[in-house]
Amino acid sequence: MSSRAFDITLIVNGGAVTERVEARKTLVDFLRDDLGLTGSHVGCEHGVCGACTVRVNGAILRGCLMLAVQCDGARIETIEGVSDSGEIADLQDAFERRNALQCGFCTPAMVLTAQELLAQPGVPSREAIREHISGNYCRCTGYQAIVDAIEAVAQARSLSPSFWGASGASEPGIRTRDANAHLDSGSGPAGRPGMTVTRRAT
Amino acid sequence: MKPAPFAYARARSVEEAVALLAEKPDAKVLAGGQSLIATLNMRLSAPALLVDINGIDGRDGIVHKGGMVEIGALARHVQAERSEVIASFAPLLASAMPHIGHPAIRNRGTIGGSIAFADPAAELPACLLALGGEIEAQGPEGKRTIKADDFFRGLFETALGAQDVLTAVRVPAAAQDTRTGFAELTRRHGDYAIIGLAASAKADGMGLKDVRLAYFGVGATPVRARQAEAALSGEASEKRIDAAIAALELDPPDDVQATGAAKKHLAGVLLRGVVRQLMEPAR
Repeated sequence: MSSRAFDITLIVNGGAVTERVEARKTLVDFLRDDLGLTGSHVGCEHGVCGACTVRVNGAILRGCLMLAVQCDGARIETIEGVSDSGEIADLQDAFERRNALQCGFCTPAMVLTAQELLAQPGVPSREAIREHISGNYCRCTGYQAIVDAIEAVAQARSLSPSFWGASGASEPGIRTRDANAHLDSGSGPAGRPGMTVTRRAT
Repeated sequence: MKPAPFAYARARSVEEAVALLAEKPDAKVLAGGQSLIATLNMRLSAPALLVDINGIDGRDGIVHKGGMVEIGALARHVQAERSEVIASFAPLLASAMPHIGHPAIRNRGTIGGSIAFADPAAELPACLLALGGEIEAQGPEGKRTIKADDFFRGLFETALGAQDVLTAVRVPAAAQDTRTGFAELTRRHGDYAIIGLAASAKADGMGLKDVRLAYFGVGATPVRARQAEAALSGEASEKRIDAAIAALELDPPDDVQATGAAKKHLAGVLLRGVVRQLMEPAR
């Protein structure tokens, strides 16, 4: 049986979500328009710019090249989720410290893409970093600082692998913001819905 | 842009997918979607029905059997990239894999989808052709096997019929005397190639035999350079490489990336590098 609209249930940033979606709706449009998670950006809509990068069942994907209906039963993490959990606190700090962005449009996806590379063992070469983020090249040419930031975090994590992620490992001598502070209060920071969004189809 | 409305169905078996494809005259198979969904978003295609085959179990294996490496249609690029079987027995695919798209694309895109979509500038169709591989498909009349040489028919056109589902691809497993080479030119790592070359051969004393050269990005399909292949047979020498380059019978059309003349020149540049790879002993 084929149909044009489906009820889907999935986990988004740790919370269960049930929604009715049109078959033609892409994952990134679903996240932005239906769930208000606007950290995943819509750029080219044909898989070239990478601004829509999200994690599906643990692997980064193009949010514009997957349909929301295909995500029934999937576990999705967006930049809002990994930011709130503190998983990428050290990367965020490194980007901030080096001003590793110009307009920032590509940054959420750039960070998610970098995090996948850094989850692999070892410290990647600058060439490997460039290769890995090549699918997120955007317009500004400001990649030198981005590569610097990713490399610094890779080195820092290799020195203190036990800190990697949750409590915010950082480069030596750089203060890390307490990534989990806002979670203790039981709600996400302003403008970041989605940690435990639960909706029902009407 | 956003896709035009379409109906969607999940197939749980190949048989069900074949049956669903008959439901509407303009139905398409949805595998990894890394090309198809882009064309939907751009409204370059607007099928009435998408048949999603991602839920079909047991079609993503990569195995070495009967002298062949068999890759299930739903194996993702990332699986092939990390596969011991591919690394050991399909070194051409192993060297091509990092050039295909970007990590986020390779996490989702499937080997079968890339072959069935048959983009003339894509790496895998050319690799399959260079290896003399074969495609297994299932349709209303049952299963059949199609040789790579007979599979790519025209621009995005293959031997697959409207109700056929590609189920696996097979390439001969590399032996001690197998030699392979791969090179491509792109503006940005991971982009579709301006031009690329996938090649295989057998070592023959101090030279090569059974050379197969498959260019991509030079026409409507991946293209074998048969005269250059013939010119490379025998004891290797710079003179022989020069002769092979002179024998390249390609006639690439101009496109947005380069003129046909530039591509023709680059075809020779790539061939020189790839023949050097073919001359190196297997790792």
